[in-house]
Amino acid sequence: MAKTVEGLYYSESHEWVKVEGNVAIVGITDFAQHAMGDLSYVDMPEVDDELEKGEEFGAVESVKAASDLFCPVSGTVVEINEELEDAPELLNVDAFANWIMKVEMSDPSELESLMDAAAYEAMCANE
Amino acid sequence: MKYYDKLIFDLSKEGRQGYSLPANRWTATVSELPESLRRSCEPVLPQVSELDVVRHYTNLSQMNFGVDSGFYPLGSCTMKYNPKINEEIAAMPAFAGLHPLQPASTVQGALRLYKDLSHALSAITGMAEFTLDPFAGAHGELTGLMVIRQYHISRGDLKRTRIIVPDSAHGTNPASAAVCGLEIVQVKSNAMGLVDVEDLKPLLDDTIAGIMMTNPNTLGLFEKDIKEIAALVHACGGLLYYDGANMNPLMGVVRPGDMGFDVLHLNLHKTFSTPHGGGGPGAGPVGVAAHLASHLPVPKVVEAEDGTLYVADGTCRCAVSEEGSGAFGPACGCAPECMCGCQSCGQISGFMGNFGVLLRAYTYILMLGKQNLKMVGPLAVLGANYIKESLKDCYRLPIPTVCKHEFVFDGLADQSTGVTTLDIAKRLLDYGFHAPTIYFPLLFHQSIMIEPTETESKETLDGFIEIMKHIAAEALSDPDSLKTAPHTTPVRRLDETTAARQPVLKFSDLS
Repeated sequence: MAKTVEGLYYSESHEWVKVEGNVAIVGITDFAQHAMGDLSYVDMPEVDDELEKGEEFGAVESVKAASDLFCPVSGTVVEINEELEDAPELLNVDAFANWIMKVEMSDPSELESLMDAAAYEAMCANE
Repeated sequence: MKYYDKLIFDLSKEGRQGYSLPANRWTATVSELPESLRRSCEPVLPQVSELDVVRHYTNLSQMNFGVDSGFYPLGSCTMKYNPKINEEIAAMPAFAGLHPLQPASTVQGALRLYKDLSHALSAITGMAEFTLDPFAGAHGELTGLMVIRQYHISRGDLKRTRIIVPDSAHGTNPASAAVCGLEIVQVKSNAMGLVDVEDLKPLLDDTIAGIMMTNPNTLGLFEKDIKEIAALVHACGGLLYYDGANMNPLMGVVRPGDMGFDVLHLNLHKTFSTPHGGGGPGAGPVGVAAHLASHLPVPKVVEAEDGTLYVADGTCRCAVSEEGSGAFGPACGCAPECMCGCQSCGQISGFMGNFGVLLRAYTYILMLGKQNLKMVGPLAVLGANYIKESLKDCYRLPIPTVCKHEFVFDGLADQSTGVTTLDIAKRLLDYGFHAPTIYFPLLFHQSIMIEPTETESKETLDGFIEIMKHIAAEALSDPDSLKTAPHTTPVRRLDETTAARQPVLKFSDLS
């Protein structure tokens, strides 16, 4: 069973969000990395990119599939995790310890449309 | 199978050669090349004898697996047997010796064959006109989408920049649409694996260029609402594109043109028994309904009033002077329906496609004839359903309806020992079968997509069913033998992840 972390927000497209002040730290869930299998590439946005909630911001690729990443909240990219460029496998090792990007939120109220850990677990159980 | 893993560079010995080349008389030209274009060192080429070369490639060919050596149920790929007469006809000197720059008057037979094959494909699919120019299925998709775009442009309908693609589509569909400059809008499948009409309706407006569908879809299921979908898309001004990858079960039974599709491509290597690529020559003919015919690509074969055939290159031939106006495209002032080639979406191949591949497909159609072509689909469907019904107790069947030419399992029925679809696929190799398509479509986590095709006997299907049941039993009694499979192949389980993360692409990087 894939694990979840309490206190994070979760999207239907399997991203997690950790809020620090007005910054949303975004990654993919353990369920997502497990479904994808060994990751070979992470496509990330560029700093200063402006993203809308629901907009595609990158992709993850594994040996068996490629999957787009969708931005859970609107805002501006302030940092990307450059470590993933050379070591995409970090997401397989620990999907929650390794974030993909940090977004300065333009509308923090959007967080309310995301799920908590329990709701996300329930959704995954049905997949 | 004898193990052989040498590269031709491993065989190289300094100074060894198979042939002596005549002295190079053209050295003077090297100095005329700009410095930046000259090599700084000699090319590193293998130095081997003729016997070395023959043994090397013969050994490699014996490590290969193909339809000629065993059952190949690779879903979505229609790995049917390709009759050898196709090769015989394509190799005839009268065809093989043709040159694409020969004057049309000297290749009337070849041009006639191009026309006749187009007519045969029109009869099979219900489309009015065909181009045989595209080099592959995905190239056909791009061509078809260019035709759709040209159609909208010719009507001044410039807002239509978005195309709808179902979530079960072949990955090439959104890729081709993106290359064509269209924005992709996804429509969801319902619980029965079909396009959700209710989900589709709100997407339809005056920005929609069309929808791309394959029917039966990638789950092997017939899109039974296709008539309603066609009416809805047409009502909003969009066009319907048919991905002919899954044409095999319908051949001679149902025609995409009759379902309401406006444009389609065919994969000749799937339905019409031409060689499956390996990146080699392919063909992806595109058929269109009558109202789109003028937008097909050039060059195209046109019949003159006196019955002779010529190749239209897109230069307008309608103007008063003998050579035509010389203008290309709508600039010549012709109507969008003009068939001289001036309304074409453009040129998508240097000449007129891969003629050798077209010949093989034409041979296949003539060899089977009308009655036997009609048997292809039903036999392919029967074989797929026979395997599905025989295995549905051992493997999870997410959508338990009658399938067409292929179907999808979602892994083992009992997944308690942690055996995955990948393990099953690898274990099949030990028993002499090619693995099915795995982890596609993406609708399920453990997809196994099986397509037997019509050319396999009941004995072959029974053999496959027996082994699949055996593997399901092994998954419970001895899961480790699956997780470490394959055991009898020349190489064991490959480290695909490291190969993708740290690819070694050059011989000189091997150490």
